[in-house]
Amino acid sequence: MTTTATAYADLPRLISLMTGDDKHQAAAESTVDVLWVLYDRVLDISPENFHDPGRDRFLLSKGHGPMAYYAVLTVKGFLDEAELADWSSARSRLGHHPDRKRAPGVEISSGSLGHGLPIALGAALGLRAGGHSGRVVTLVGDAELDEGSNAEAIVVAARLGLENLTTVVVDNQSSTHGWPGGIARRFEVEGWATRTVSGRDHEALYDAFTTEHPGRPLAVVAVVEPKG
Amino acid sequence: MPTTPNMRETFLATTEEIVDADPDVAVVLADISAAQLAGVARRHPDRVVNVGIREQLLVSTGAGFALAGLRPIVHTFSSFLVERAFEQIKLDLVHQYVGAVLVSYGSSYDMPAEGRTHQSPGDVALIDSLPCWYVHVPGHPDEARRLLLDSVPGDGRVYLRLSADQNAEPHLGVGFQRVRTGRNGVVLAVGAMLDRVLAASEGLDVTVLYASTIRPFDAAGLRAAVGEVADIVLVEPYLKGTSAHHVSEALRDVPHRLLSLGTLRDTEVRTYGTRADHDLAHGLDAGSIALSLKDFLRS
Repeated sequence: MTTTATAYADLPRLISLMTGDDKHQAAAESTVDVLWVLYDRVLDISPENFHDPGRDRFLLSKGHGPMAYYAVLTVKGFLDEAELADWSSARSRLGHHPDRKRAPGVEISSGSLGHGLPIALGAALGLRAGGHSGRVVTLVGDAELDEGSNAEAIVVAARLGLENLTTVVVDNQSSTHGWPGGIARRFEVEGWATRTVSGRDHEALYDAFTTEHPGRPLAVVAVVEPKG
Repeated sequence: MPTTPNMRETFLATTEEIVDADPDVAVVLADISAAQLAGVARRHPDRVVNVGIREQLLVSTGAGFALAGLRPIVHTFSSFLVERAFEQIKLDLVHQYVGAVLVSYGSSYDMPAEGRTHQSPGDVALIDSLPCWYVHVPGHPDEARRLLLDSVPGDGRVYLRLSADQNAEPHLGVGFQRVRTGRNGVVLAVGAMLDRVLAASEGLDVTVLYASTIRPFDAAGLRAAVGEVADIVLVEPYLKGTSAHHVSEALRDVPHRLLSLGTLRDTEVRTYGTRADHDLAHGLDAGSIALSLKDFLRS
């Protein structure tokens, strides 16, 4: 059994199997720390409970650049390390955008931006209506917020008091027209609880994801280095 | 004005019954019909959700409900449900491999005075570009109720297209139902086109088939109805020729002729006016259909 610390240390190697980069570059993947903290410490998601209707759900909305996601799913037992190097070939079930019908552990097929948060809103409503305690976390990018469909969901999730919904915005400052006043403000003004933390600081991320936010959805803005 | 409930009223009353009876059903609205469903929304606030004027979110919310194990009924006007939110239908439902019951009101031109923005003659063709859909085009409120009740169990993808126009009597059978038998051709009338097709084909020696379900296309039913004269006329209340490719496939080894009637493809009808005005513009009134039949079937 791999210890948690070694498993995290192994992510750059797994990522580099897909990117061909050296491990230093692989470790710079913008989502890797957020994904790790969520899967290792925050969410209860495993191959054993993946078909439990009340399970926690993670919806990767920003589907491009899924190498860190596949690496975490490998460490957590959903994928096989041996299949990573062959990703995106006709033989592989792992593409440049994840496919939920093909890749185990993947909750939504993504690629077109602006779909994950609105679907997550519906899933959170469904879990609530079904009396389940599971939470729904979706990961979006700061540039992905350009898509107006997110604005639709940000308003409605807050008005419906969806406490079981969390949006994590990985902010690498890549939005073409930017967000004057800050990304968190967009959520806060509608009624979300918000936290802005370093997207590299595991303790700060854990603390943000486990913040109490009764009666409101939670937005965590995870700030990382500007996209190079 | 009809004294009995029309299709939309029947759908809303039936939906209320379903939500009260089945805890696994959710309804998602985008303001349209929200006032009529306010009572059931108060009784089941977690399962009857009005997202406001947000059609992308309307469809995505339905998809999320389905991913969480509920059966969503998703409803608004046809133009906004299918055309505005088409990528959500393609990706959040079909590509995620989940089902929903999409129910539209507005048909091709049920609200002609509202103009082109509220007309959706291409909705069935758009849905038809995606795999594995049931498409129901009821011609009577009783059919709409039956088709809705049939659609809720399971997890299939259903498009239920309600219209203001209706036939005098319901036809509650499945597949292509034979309403009249003749020797010189087959006319397939979809939904509310039936009564005007019957009027238009009065005195012609043709078979008239009726469909309230156009997908899946009942190829066997069509083949069984074709006699020695394989002249087929499709009369659909939406984009002309939407089902022509299915006729070709069903009769691929039978020499045949096909006339497709439906809404015009080569022009936008920018008239306001009434449904009857638009029927005339598209050649879908009984008189125009009669002329088309006589011209095509002459022999």
